[in-house]
Amino acid sequence: MDITIFMQQMINGFSLGSMYALIAIGYTMVYGVLRLINFAHGDIMMVGGFLGYFGIAILGLPFAAAVLLAVVGSALLGMLSDRVAYRPLRNAPKISLLITAIGVSFFLENAFNVFFGGVPRAFPVPTYLEEIIDFHGLTMPVSALLVPIVTAMLLAIILWVLFKTKYGMAIRALAFDVGTVNLMGIDANRIITMVFGIGSALAAVGGIFWAVNYPSVEPMMGVLVGLKAFAAAVVGGIGSVGGAVLGGLIIGFTEVVVIAFFPELGGYKDAFAFIFLILILLFKPTGILGIDFEKSRF
Amino acid sequence: MQLTFSKQHGINSAIVIIAIWFIWFASGHFDEYTVRILNNIAIFIILAASYNLINGVTGQFSLEPNGFVAIGAYVTALLLVSPDAKMYQYAIVDPYPFVLTLHANFFTALILGGIFSAFLAFCLSLPVFRVRGDYLAIVTLGFGFIIKILAINNPEVTNGSLGLNDIPEFSNLYWTGGIAIIAVIVILNIVNSKFGRAMKAVRDDEDAAIAMGVNTFKAKTLAFCTSAFFEGIGGGLLAALLTSISPDLFDFFFTFQLLIIIVLGGLGSTTGAIIGTVLVVGGSEWMRFLDEPITLFGHTTAAMPGMRMVVFSLALIFIMLFAREGIMGKRELKELFKSRKKGGK
Amino acid sequence: MILKIDNVTKNFGGVTAINETSFGVSPKEIFGLIGPNGAGKTTMFNIITGNYEPTLGEVYFHNESLTGLKPHQIVRKGIARTFQNIRLFSSMSVLENVLIGFDFQARYGFLESILRFPRFIGEEKRIKARSMEILDYFDIAGFAHDKAVDLSYGQQRKVEIARALATNPDLLLLDEPAAGMNPFETEELGEIIKKARDDFDLTVLLIEHDMKFVNQLCDKVLVLDYGKTIFEGKPSDAIKDQEVISAYLGDFHND
Repeated sequence: MDITIFMQQMINGFSLGSMYALIAIGYTMVYGVLRLINFAHGDIMMVGGFLGYFGIAILGLPFAAAVLLAVVGSALLGMLSDRVAYRPLRNAPKISLLITAIGVSFFLENAFNVFFGGVPRAFPVPTYLEEIIDFHGLTMPVSALLVPIVTAMLLAIILWVLFKTKYGMAIRALAFDVGTVNLMGIDANRIITMVFGIGSALAAVGGIFWAVNYPSVEPMMGVLVGLKAFAAAVVGGIGSVGGAVLGGLIIGFTEVVVIAFFPELGGYKDAFAFIFLILILLFKPTGILGIDFEKSRF
Repeated sequence: MQLTFSKQHGINSAIVIIAIWFIWFASGHFDEYTVRILNNIAIFIILAASYNLINGVTGQFSLEPNGFVAIGAYVTALLLVSPDAKMYQYAIVDPYPFVLTLHANFFTALILGGIFSAFLAFCLSLPVFRVRGDYLAIVTLGFGFIIKILAINNPEVTNGSLGLNDIPEFSNLYWTGGIAIIAVIVILNIVNSKFGRAMKAVRDDEDAAIAMGVNTFKAKTLAFCTSAFFEGIGGGLLAALLTSISPDLFDFFFTFQLLIIIVLGGLGSTTGAIIGTVLVVGGSEWMRFLDEPITLFGHTTAAMPGMRMVVFSLALIFIMLFAREGIMGKRELKELFKSRKKGGK
Repeated sequence: MILKIDNVTKNFGGVTAINETSFGVSPKEIFGLIGPNGAGKTTMFNIITGNYEPTLGEVYFHNESLTGLKPHQIVRKGIARTFQNIRLFSSMSVLENVLIGFDFQARYGFLESILRFPRFIGEEKRIKARSMEILDYFDIAGFAHDKAVDLSYGQQRKVEIARALATNPDLLLLDEPAAGMNPFETEELGEIIKKARDDFDLTVLLIEHDMKFVNQLCDKVLVLDYGKTIFEGKPSDAIKDQEVISAYLGDFHND
């Protein structure tokens, strides 16, 4: 195989994987503190994409300002969903929390569908992002290069917050024992809401990248991506931020590379993440970098 | 006061007899539209009662129905559509020769649809229930997508996105209602046995269940496979009621509707699942007006397809936040009799 | 020896919860596992019941290694347990709570229960009768049809022990059975455990903080501290042991 084509595919895989990673981080952090699979997370990403679209197409904002709008708006929405829908159920059986999450997810999808229609809207991508870079025959749009770089920067910030600040310490402590954190004089509820905010902000960035790449937004765009990103979080090891990134990259690469080599499998592209999920549950349920949350606590 | 065994038996038998009489009466006297809704209700009772077994009784949050209903529908349809009808339907590619030779009577087709679903459920159980079951919801959600992808990408078997048409309309109230009665009895018999007790124990406290010698993997797998079996049969009945099926029919909304039903009725109560079905399927018909243009103070809004789903999702969140027990809680009909007697003292 | 702990070590990450501990329990003995908080007592319970796998060493029950068995299989071999904070099945009646313990001993299959075969009806009748006998033994048969969680704390503790006995154990593990009980209830509980030991042919291994209770009840005690055995012998000697006293200081003063 031609080395240029190979490199090209590597870059595409890296770019796609980074988007999954951005969304997977939110899943993994919320699971860490609440043991909740936040089904609405993929839809928060969709809202992020829409907010970016509104910012540019309707308010006429420059791209960077639209991104900021999307990030802030999604973070607020994520925190609101926790405050309104999840916090009242902290002491309820876990199944109630999961059902509510499905309700929030379905609500966001259908509310956007009713009010903005199900037809994909073309996302106004700034021309400088669409410019093609030619590097010794290796061509790619600026956006494909930007995604991994921004993801790496955001990852560095998240890791810094988690491991170098007192909020980060509280988040990590919460993943092990809610009671102890409350005893330490930290308001666990506030930390959990904050985790929703951080996760949703990252999802919004992912949503904008998605919208730039495809280039459109539609109400159901978060469903499959969310599912895959969750699979990525489990593959990498749920509860671990590094694991979420690793899982995202693995699934992104697989999708791109397998299709490059076996084009006839194109129709099954969306199934790869699921197959990974099943395999990892069979052979290493804690994931590649995972923490053992399964230990029963007597 | 505890109802005596024979008295309970008497009440149960009376309910079954009344139900059979109602099926007979409705078949002969009601108009086509009403019968169609009753058919829907009967099929959804089968689906809701079985969905409740894994979600409510065993407490394992699962989003499987659309996947298994699709399996049952496709298996049944492939076995029922005549070779001639298949020959001219497959427009994308020619079917595999074996697809043409598949044929069975309605009863066998339904059972095979159920068995095939249950078998797939067993295959999913192995990875999922090895861990504590947290991932069941996401795996079953993904499973629904995979089934759709498979149906679209294998036109030699499924006729791709065009779906299967000209399925003989075998479903009628005797079939749907009869199977609904059998399904409810079977599920209640499971719930009221050591297998059902194990399922409830897993829901109440998994660690304590293990400490009582309960094989929790087996309890969850049994519940999941039984649900899948009846969902497969329900799918077959649905295919033979609608006479045409396509991959889009079994999207996530299908599962969502069932979730609303069992949550409204009360997670864990089969009686509640039945009540929930009647309310939601009936209410869903009534709420059709929401999707259409609404005239308010002389202004007519545009048609808003999907408004019903917004209402459904808000209803679900609302019930979870403010009325988590639903209508019945975890109680069954017989316990209502009991509590009424207590109150009478 | 009915139970033999052979050189067991358990590490969690870098922390050693149990360090090369060995001991044996003789049939029909009431054996106390004591020690200050964080000494590794509950971890030892979880190793015996199969919830944790020991990092090193092995557990033998009736001279048979338990390594590799799942927790529910160990229960079926004859080791039952209660929990520190009572964990009854909240949606079920007292009777149903006890029936769960009998369920793996009921001989009927899935299809037999669906079709209500005579064997199903016979077996259900048999285990219900046996459950009622056990409830009667503990003087709580009158509550059989009440929700288990609606009972008083002392009665709930009885239901939990009755439920454990329903699994027909040779060895009963009690995790702080007297926790949260008043002195009268504690004394009654001690009598019940002794009586049950004789009537059900039991060996009892218990974790307890209440030294008076241990003294009254146990034939033998093992004192753990930081995962290491610091004393093994008669409870009356344990109280005099210098190492035990210094490890345990706070808890003695409380009594």
